[in-house]
Amino acid sequence: MTDSPIDRVAQRTPPGVAHKIKGLSDRTIAWIFVAPTIFLLLAVNIFPLIWTIRLSFTNYRVNRPNRDVEWVGLRNYERILNDPDIWNTMQATAHFLIWTIVLQVLIGFTLAYLINKKFKGNDLWTTIIVFPMMLSPAVVGNFWTFLYQPQIGLFNYIVTFFTGGDPADFSMIGDVHLAPWAIVIADTWMWTPFVMLICLAGLRSIPDSIYEAAECDRASKWRQFWTITIPMALPFLMLAVLFRGIENFKMFDLVVQLTGGGPGNTTTLTSIDLKREAFEKWRTGYSSAYAVILFVTVFGLASIYVKALNKVKER
Amino acid sequence: MKSKFLMTAAAGAFVTAGLPSTAAAEDLTLCWAAWDPANALIELSKDFESQSGHNMSFEFVPWTSFADRMLNELNSGGQLCDLMIGDSQWIGGGAENGHYVKLNDFFDANGITMDDFIPATVTGYAEWPKNTPNYYALPAFGDVVGWTYRKDWFERPELQAEFKEKYGRDLGVPASLADLKDIAEFFQGRDIDGTTVYGAAIYTERGSEGITMGVTNALYNYGFQYENPDKPYDLDGFVNSDGAVAGLEFYKALYDNATPPGSSNWYMGENIDAYRSGQVAMQMNFAFIWPGVEADENVGSGRSGYFPNPAGPAGQFAQLGGQGISVVAYSEKQDAALEYIQWFAQPEIQAKWWELGGYSALKAVVEDPGFASSQPYAQTFLDSMAIVKDFWAEPAYADLLLPMQERIHNYVIAGEGTAKEALDGLVRDWVEVFEDEGKL
Repeated sequence: MTDSPIDRVAQRTPPGVAHKIKGLSDRTIAWIFVAPTIFLLLAVNIFPLIWTIRLSFTNYRVNRPNRDVEWVGLRNYERILNDPDIWNTMQATAHFLIWTIVLQVLIGFTLAYLINKKFKGNDLWTTIIVFPMMLSPAVVGNFWTFLYQPQIGLFNYIVTFFTGGDPADFSMIGDVHLAPWAIVIADTWMWTPFVMLICLAGLRSIPDSIYEAAECDRASKWRQFWTITIPMALPFLMLAVLFRGIENFKMFDLVVQLTGGGPGNTTTLTSIDLKREAFEKWRTGYSSAYAVILFVTVFGLASIYVKALNKVKER
Repeated sequence: MKSKFLMTAAAGAFVTAGLPSTAAAEDLTLCWAAWDPANALIELSKDFESQSGHNMSFEFVPWTSFADRMLNELNSGGQLCDLMIGDSQWIGGGAENGHYVKLNDFFDANGITMDDFIPATVTGYAEWPKNTPNYYALPAFGDVVGWTYRKDWFERPELQAEFKEKYGRDLGVPASLADLKDIAEFFQGRDIDGTTVYGAAIYTERGSEGITMGVTNALYNYGFQYENPDKPYDLDGFVNSDGAVAGLEFYKALYDNATPPGSSNWYMGENIDAYRSGQVAMQMNFAFIWPGVEADENVGSGRSGYFPNPAGPAGQFAQLGGQGISVVAYSEKQDAALEYIQWFAQPEIQAKWWELGGYSALKAVVEDPGFASSQPYAQTFLDSMAIVKDFWAEPAYADLLLPMQERIHNYVIAGEGTAKEALDGLVRDWVEVFEDEGKL
């Protein structure tokens, strides 16, 4: 008879320890091990969340510690939901979110599809393509401000090389119509490689035998793409969308560095607006309500999306 | 020569003897913005270290995050800074929230009198409430928004002739804001030595205080007032008066027609860069940059000139900058920090401060007969300091600044709404702040 791993561990446990924990149930021992993690989770995640919800019903301002804190009920929520500026911020965030995801998925999947083909220099190209996501977002934001510079920036030079005109005729980050696209382009440049890597993993997980069977059935490449490649890579694509969606919903550093939320409020995303309310205007109660609304929105959307993702995976 | 040396030695001995002795050397930390004058202060402070035995450390934060970082430090009762050279607008919050030590008794005990300093700097940097003898800082660095211009371009005969033909007057230092706009438009998009140049670099920055520090130079001169002079916190009709609307429209027209493309988020650093690299004929900026301009190999050595903010229809004013030095109430080394202030207030040290590039606010320095000619920009500094106005210095300063940044930037840069709507909105925002503060 061979001992199980658990028996072996039990045999090697020093008698002192065995004696000390003698009489404790497995459940108690399990709790002892899990308790520090749960305590940390409560202290770092759950308590601040509950505290934030509590503050959201008050007029508390952290820079006025001596002022009386009043219970204001739902007033903060009403003000936020009726504030047209906040809805403009939501629109700017939606524009950024939708276009970055669309572009990154399209370009990322295309790159992955091309990289997945066997060709000379494949590894080198993969490394080159992945390079932007290795940089800090603040650095990327900073050097894109130079690329967008009307007089000396490469971006304007390239655009006007093809379209004619003077590079100083337009300003990507100074124009209210172009600035939202400026942040989309910079983010797409930086994070498309991430989407590409996920898509590449998806494409490489498709067994060759399925394509071989399709070849035997004389299925065209187009047909194979739509009936094998896309359905089998879809869970990975959806995962990429989820990751990029969550990341870009809280986008801050790159945009602050690039446009500072301007011109006007055209690139003020919700995270930037929330930071201003909380740590520049110091409206702690108000910004807590703002944070709760954003949390519920992201949590709700992510939950629906994860359910859809699971259904796709089950197919 | 010999007598001068003896006097200097005597003054040094007097200074050394005048500093109170301390039982133990302390490590003092002074907090300020990261900019050229801060480097001059490090140099100056070596003298204090050798005299007092204390060690000086410095915490310098870039301007764009200076207020965020340091107000957080003060609001949280932090002990990072023993001495704070805080912005002029912080004085109300520093005093009312107990961040700064009140210095009246210390001044009285050590013979320091505010009568020795430029009045505008005392009101702007040291007093709270304003115009009362309650002092929470010693004026440390006088500063004001003024203009720098490319004298070498202005003096070119072909440009002078063209300008005269177009505008019927000489191309020179503008007498009014309207003249300034004409000159800026004259240079906008002009080819000079094979390079396209632009009219003026002005403050447009959105994130901290930039556009407010810029637009006020137009608003004040067109009739903007922060409140009814006879009724505090009465804003309607003063903040959004017809004159104020005209001033805001002027600033937008200047931005739209006479600034470099892409200058939608520029403050001190960007303006300096644009000017030094030969992109613009004029720049709006605080006076602290002038020593650096003079020393610059591209635009210094007589190629630049300086002038105060020109007058508008309602008068001639300029936005006050600068700071006072305060002792942080949460510091455990207040005695040593006060020693530093006592040392810093001495006329000899203030004279050295000016020599090193710091703008002294001490009358003995700026009223010295040789001061005006000591630097090409010295007279402009004096003229500008005589016409200063400052932003709110209320404890709710940050709450008042943010809506102004937003309203003005949204109108001037993003072109949202009208000037009247922007200023009406600002009145609503500020009324809300003062209601929250219990002042309305």
